[in-house]
Amino acid sequence: MVRPLGFLVGLGFIAALLCAIFTTPLTNEPNASHAFHKEPKHLALSSDGLLPHWDKAKLQRGMQVYKEVCSACHSLNLVAFRDIADLGYSEGQIKSFAKSYDTIPSINPDTGEPSTRTGLPSDHFPAPYANETAARAANNNALPPDLSLITKAREGGKNYVYSLLTGFQNPPANLPKELQPPTGLHFNPYFANLNLAMAPPLHDGQVTFADGSPNDVKAMASDVAAFLVWTAEPKLVKRHQVGWAAFIFLLIFTGLTYMSYRNIWADKKH
Amino acid sequence: MSFPWAKPYEPQHPLMKWMDEKLPIPRLVYNATGPGYPVPRNLNYFWNFGVLAGAALVIQIVTGIVLAMHYAANAGVAFNSVEHIMRDVNAGWFIRYAHMNGASMFFIVVYLHIFRGLYYGSYKAPREMVWLLGVVIFLLMMATAFMGYVLPWGQMSFWGAQVITGFFSAIPVVGDPIRVWLLGGFAPDNAALNRFFSLHYLLPFVIAGVIILHIWALHIPGSSNPTGIEVKDEQDTVPFHPYYTAKDGFGVGVFLLVFVALTFFSPNLLGHADNYIPANPLSTPAHIVPEWYFWPFYAILRAFTFNFLWIDAKLWGVIAMFAAIALLFFLPWLDSSPVKSSNYRPLNRIFFWLLVLDVFVLGWCGKSPAEQPYVFLSQFCAAYYFAHFLIILPIISRIERPLPMPNSITEAVLAKHADDKSAATA
Repeated sequence: MVRPLGFLVGLGFIAALLCAIFTTPLTNEPNASHAFHKEPKHLALSSDGLLPHWDKAKLQRGMQVYKEVCSACHSLNLVAFRDIADLGYSEGQIKSFAKSYDTIPSINPDTGEPSTRTGLPSDHFPAPYANETAARAANNNALPPDLSLITKAREGGKNYVYSLLTGFQNPPANLPKELQPPTGLHFNPYFANLNLAMAPPLHDGQVTFADGSPNDVKAMASDVAAFLVWTAEPKLVKRHQVGWAAFIFLLIFTGLTYMSYRNIWADKKH
Repeated sequence: MSFPWAKPYEPQHPLMKWMDEKLPIPRLVYNATGPGYPVPRNLNYFWNFGVLAGAALVIQIVTGIVLAMHYAANAGVAFNSVEHIMRDVNAGWFIRYAHMNGASMFFIVVYLHIFRGLYYGSYKAPREMVWLLGVVIFLLMMATAFMGYVLPWGQMSFWGAQVITGFFSAIPVVGDPIRVWLLGGFAPDNAALNRFFSLHYLLPFVIAGVIILHIWALHIPGSSNPTGIEVKDEQDTVPFHPYYTAKDGFGVGVFLLVFVALTFFSPNLLGHADNYIPANPLSTPAHIVPEWYFWPFYAILRAFTFNFLWIDAKLWGVIAMFAAIALLFFLPWLDSSPVKSSNYRPLNRIFFWLLVLDVFVLGWCGKSPAEQPYVFLSQFCAAYYFAHFLIILPIISRIERPLPMPNSITEAVLAKHADDKSAATA
């Protein structure tokens, strides 16, 4: 009974699928933007690979770029001031860094009225806008995304961030009219829609680094991408260190279990 | 039940004797996974995956219970509470990544376990009940994994929940009310997140219960083996302990090596970038893709694009996707060949590997956007999937001429060693 019924059910599914095959066009609708879209460029960082480490000077420069440029529009909600100890700052430096922010929302202890206070190490980086409506109102209705997780939240990660920041250019001459950037948008072949609301944020020489490091657009983009790898995955280096310890331990453990397996089975053909 | 030559449990220590009279748990363990359970001597490494699936479940339950101590199932804070675990909880990043990749490891070993059963005919009499309970476990795992993926409340969590609960709205007339009732709202929101969390915590224990039944049902006929020939006498078997505890120990070691490599060195390899964006009901991701272990079924769902026989294409897709799993319940009766192992079934062996290829192509299509050539490939491969189980398998099990089989497990083992020896001397 099962087999004849199964046979009929199978034929039913196959008939439905054959009809689907013959009614589905075999060619895709042409998508002109594909031809102009580019895969991200590769950015090599010290946090890559199986033995990563943080380039602390680079992360500090990246944080400076975030603070002086990106933070005008982008929040960094998940990162606390205390976290930047990872970047090589001392406790005192973190305290004074936090204190340099004087717009942390608070309550006046005497009146209960809303007020502001200076930052503490336990505070998170303050957001540039009070809410989404304010952010959209200030940015031509576009919402600048929070950057805390951006290198994990986009395909390509650090490569994508670096390519986007260095990829602004004039639209190619053969770009079809419907793909031309409308007013207020900017052409960038690394962005999925080719045109994005963010204006080119970095310009050569925009940020001055205390250590005299190069400050052209590429260098700053690389520094801030490295910083955003850290904000997205602050435990990355520790994770690899623990991983190697666990892996080597297990390698020895597995070797021992293999030897005991061979030993126990030595008298049994199998 | 066990074979007559199974070692009897004879406690020596007075405490163990006392325990055996009051609550014979040591006796149960001794007879289930100890020297009291005789197992065929010729099992290959594919017989390790049942134990590995059990190990994966234990890892998921332990890491999951710890995660639940720090997670907040509220649509307003769920996403940030996961990030709190990743950043501020001691070793939270490890627990969370282990749980995330533990789910993938669980499915990897379970898929190998299922395909082992398909190749060696483990679903056949007298082990049909073992197979049926296994399919129940697989369904429970899929439900648990789906609901777990919703909990971080990222974009794929939200839109995955939207798509999967949308299956119910394909049911004519009552579909939409059912969906709203299941979600507790018109779209996934706090009510859905809370009930998914509750069920995600419950179902693993249900799985553990069905696993006990699965093992109980297995211990009645005893384990199958690569020849498919039933155990005939004592020399066909070895006691589970120490022989298979040692072999499973090695298997667990290899499993943990892969697990550790994935968790520590590439924890997001099998994930999707969009799930690091907080859920946003107003912004649909460009491609909604489920987790990798659902890709083949997702491809079957999307393969149906034609309103065949006045039934809506969407409903066809949902029925077919569930049927793709439900037909496994009938497999012991669809395949009528008396020979279990495909080692002795030349035709079935070919079609088995074609099925493996078919499922891989379906998986690749499920991952890819709904464009050509993936749409055609998923339609063709979905048709082949149903053809394999419902048409090809019943036919070949009648017309196939099996290869000559050894008389017993021991004969097969000794013949293999004679071959090895003659090969070595030649």
